This record gives sequence, structure tokens and C-alpha cells, in this order.
Amino acid sequence: MSEQPDSFAFDAESEAQIPKILARYPAGKQASAVIPLLYLVQEQMRRQTGSAWVPKAAMDVVAQRLSMPPIRVYEVATFYYMFNLRPIGRYHLQVCGTTPCMLRGAEEVMRACCDAAGVKGPGQTSADGLFTLTEVECLGACVNAPVLQVDEDYYEDLDYDRTVALIEALKRGERPPPGSTIGRQGSAAEGGPTSLTEV
Amino acid sequence: MPLSDKDRIFTNLYGFQPWNLAAARARGDWDGTAAIIARGRDAIIEEIKNSGLRGRGGAGFPTGMKWSFMPKSTDGRPAYLVVNADESEPGTCKDRDILRHEPHKLIEGCLIAGAAIGACAGYIYIRGEYAREAKVLQAAIEEAYEAGLLGRNAAGSGYDFDLYVHRGAGAYICGEETALIESLEGKKGMPRLKPPFPAAVGLYGCPTTVNNVETIAVVPTIMRRGAAWFASFGRPKNSGTKIFCIQGHVNKPCNVEAEMSIPLRELIERYAGGVRGGWDNLLAVIPGGSSTPLLPKHICDEVLMDFDSLREHKSGLGTAGVIVMDRSTDIIKAIQRLSAFYKHESCGQCTPCREGLGWVNRMMLRMVEGRAEVEEIDLLEQVTRQIEGHTICALADGGVWPVQGLIRHFRPLMEERIAAYKARQRQRLAAE
Repeated sequence: MSEQPDSFAFDAESEAQIPKILARYPAGKQASAVIPLLYLVQEQMRRQTGSAWVPKAAMDVVAQRLSMPPIRVYEVATFYYMFNLRPIGRYHLQVCGTTPCMLRGAEEVMRACCDAAGVKGPGQTSADGLFTLTEVECLGACVNAPVLQVDEDYYEDLDYDRTVALIEALKRGERPPPGSTIGRQGSAAEGGPTSLTEV
Repeated sequence: MPLSDKDRIFTNLYGFQPWNLAAARARGDWDGTAAIIARGRDAIIEEIKNSGLRGRGGAGFPTGMKWSFMPKSTDGRPAYLVVNADESEPGTCKDRDILRHEPHKLIEGCLIAGAAIGACAGYIYIRGEYAREAKVLQAAIEEAYEAGLLGRNAAGSGYDFDLYVHRGAGAYICGEETALIESLEGKKGMPRLKPPFPAAVGLYGCPTTVNNVETIAVVPTIMRRGAAWFASFGRPKNSGTKIFCIQGHVNKPCNVEAEMSIPLRELIERYAGGVRGGWDNLLAVIPGGSSTPLLPKHICDEVLMDFDSLREHKSGLGTAGVIVMDRSTDIIKAIQRLSAFYKHESCGQCTPCREGLGWVNRMMLRMVEGRAEVEEIDLLEQVTRQIEGHTICALADGGVWPVQGLIRHFRPLMEERIAAYKARQRQRLAAE
């Protein structure tokens, strides 16, 4: 795979984080830090290349740093869905497709993503390299369904039009505030909470 | 009489107020924590046992009893508290609200629970997707350390307790307690065989208790207001208040803390604006997150939302994620999408789960179309029975229960769809 870089090194920003992460685990149990370090890799790749992913060379660096056999790091990196093992677009559109979101129109959100981002379907990246689209499993925001996660941000209570508007904003370089797109406060009912009205 | 706001534990469930320490103290958190801990391990466990608190993560195991399994004296190994914040059961989004809006209830609960089980430290394992929630939680923990509420002599209790956040990275299976421990140790999230149970051999081979976020976060309030207060809500053995996630085809989806044993219909109509198109437009409800078998309307008319009532109807309270489906729903497709979920999330360790859930999903895809024989409904049912109970963990059970529920209550619909498919085939042949 030609997209794989030959080498990887943690930059100063990542290095500053590593001792803090290792301090959370008992001496000799540094393997616990494998997921946090893979996150550091993915974030550093986002900073440096605009694409958040984990190259194989970085897995080897993580293995060395944590005194783990490289295969153990490969196992972890491939087991957990949030590590991208190939370069992705600048924005990662993750549409929740599980039943609670499906009941509230996830298919419309998916269609809006394809139309507005210029992506053929899940697993694809737009020709301009801006968007990668993924159908993900339950994001755990079901009372605000349907939900689209853009990188780390949840956008909730979506429909076709509001999804298109969100993607158009991203194209303009804007980052609309995450959360409900119809102005709900957290998980409270639309139009005002139905409990905690006397607090 | 409906639960009044003064009896709600999570008064900032919706986040109308800040999550920070000052606001949390104003809501009553961290009040007299040292005195609670001074009551001693046995007294805390006794109070929690008397409250009737059952685990809020899905299985409903009595919390006080679970804590009592921890060794009373140490053999040199430290003990750990692990909090399961890997909320991933489709239909469940209650812990998210605690993590982002009430983190200090969780942190204080960790200290009290930690003292009750003799833990030197706690790890909160939070699902990777909750990145923003993890940041809030981390900031709240740092506030607590700065205020002397964690670390050495935590909250002036004389007890030393450290607390850490650990992010997962997208794997439903890590909500299973032994898979969670494996993951926390830096491995693939594959469940362990039990026994040994975590209370004997858990994190790093040490005695460990794993509890759900909501379970731990209600502990400080129970300790302050007393077991009798908590036990006064709900039916015996089903006590307390509970956060319900009401979603799907309701007019106003929301999370709400209500009393246990509330009738399902009242829950939906009082708090979530009722079923879209009215109660008579209801088709079915999945009452406790995706693993719990659906209930058709005639059961929903009367059923109470607690462990035992839902068990009587061959379903369960689970995580109290209430997925409402009106008559416009293609219920076969709704359940098939859950089959796809479980197939996707199988860790692959046990053959019945790895191979079986793929088979079930392929079969369900045919059932959605009706491209099947009527006898294959029986075959499908029979295979789910061969998967159930034949794996290390309960993921496969949770994967087949929704299908069993569908067959139990909507078999005529499945047969109708098969008949309709056959009729279309005949028409096509005749036209050719």
C-alpha cells in the first residue's frame, strides 16, 4: 500500500501528552495506554496531514514505546472501529444507521450526506477529499435521533435539509455548534422539558 | 402520583445549569461525603442493600450484594472500581447525560463505592465516541483533585482514592464487563470465561467491581437521603428512580428520571408527548434497549416498567431505552437492523455468535423481503435457540432475543410477507 508512510515519530505536542497518559496506569501495566497512544497518533496525523488515520509505521512506534510486541498493537488497532487504517477525508461524516435512528429518518440523513458531500455511498470519500462517509452503529444519542457525528461532534435531531445545510457550512470552512439542530436543550423534550420544571 | 422534582436525583439531567463543582455543590453534591465514608464499609453496603438498588446497566443485579463479594481483607493485591461508561446498547443514552451534565454525582459515587469495596483507584471506561463527554468528565475530575475531593485523604475522609478516565475506541462488546477489563488492559475486547469473577480476578488480576454509571451516580443521594427513601419508589425488588430514554415514534422524545414500576403508557404520555398519531396508532415497543424483546400494543396497554413486570412478558427492563414504533413501522426491517448491529459487534471469539449472528442477519434480510418459506420461520427460531446460551458472554443472547420476540408476536405478519412475495413471483411468471 503506497499510502503508508515509511516512518512515524511523535511530535512535541504528542510527546507532551505521553507521560500524563502513562501516569494513569500502575507500573508495568503500560500496555493499558495502547488505545490512548493510538488516539494520539490519529490526532497528530490530523494536525500534520489533514487526515485522521493510523499508519502501520505509527503502530510500530507505539509498540516500541509501550514495550509491546507489534502484533498486539496491530490487533488493537484493527479491532476497534474508531481507528482509521487508511487515510480519510478532512471531515468524517458518521451516520448512525441503527434502529432508533432508522425509525427517525437516518436513511434521509444518509441520502443528504451523499447528495451534499458528493459521496457515492458509505465507505467512500468525495473527489475533493473533503468528506469520508461511514455508516456507524448506535452512537448513544437515541432520544435526539437521527444523529450524524462529524469527527468528534454530534449533530442531532436532523432531517434531510438540515443535514445538507450542515454539510454546506462545513464546505465553507464553518463549524456549526454541535448538538440539537432544532434548538433542544440536551435530551429535554422539544418545546421545553417535561420534568425538572420546578428546579 | 407522579414523581416530584424534589425526589429526582439528577436535577441537572438536561444541562440547564453548569456541570462544574460550584454548581454541583449548590445541587447538593459532595455534602458530608467524609461522614458517609466514616460510617464504614459494612454500613455503606448495608444501606445500598436496603435501598434495593439493582444495577442500571442492563442485568439488574443487586448492587449491594455485588459489592459484598469483594474481599474484606487484602492479600497484597490492590482492589479496583471500574465504571462502565461504554453506553452502546441501541436505544440507550442516559449515562451520556450524567457524564456531561452531572459528572460530580458520578465522581462522588466513585469515591463512596471505592471506599465500600476497598478500592485504591477507579477507572471510568467511557465509549470513544463520547469525546466531548470525556472532556467534561476529565475536567470535573481535575476540579475534584484541586478541591481535595480525590487523591490522598479524599474529601477529608482519611481514605486515599484515585480516579482516571479511560476512553474506549468503538466496540459495543466492551460494555461486557470482562471485555471491558481486557480492553482496559490494552487488549482486544474479548470477554473472559467466568469464573473467576472480577471480584476475585479482575483488572490486572486484582479484585475488581464493575458498575454502570447510573448505578454509581445514584449512590451519594441514597446515602444522604436513606435507603427507605429510595425504596419508597417502585414495587418491592424493583425500587428507586430510573432514567428512561423515550424515543422513536413519540411526539417528544426525551430522557426523563421517573419512578420505577411506572406504567409504560403513562411514561410515554406524561413525558414524551404520547405516541405519534395517538395511543391506538402504537404497533410495538422495545422496552429496555435493543436486546429486550419487543412488546405488541396489547401488552403495552398495561405493562409496568420494572424488572419483574417486563420479565413476566418475556422481555426485560434492560437499560430502560424505550423504543416506540407506530403502525407505519416495518417491524421486520426494524428488527433486522438490530440483527445487523449484533452481527457487526460480535467479537468473533465464539463460533455460535460469530457465524450464527451472520446467518441470522442474512435470514432476516430475506424475511424483510418475504423471500423465504414459511417453514424457515421455524428454522430461524430453532437456530436462535442453538445460539442462545452457548457463548462466553451474553452478546449473542441479546442478538437473538429481538428475533425471538418478533417471531413470538408478529409471526402472522412474517407469513403474510412470504405469501405476498410468492404471489408477486407467480404474477411475474404468468406474465412471461
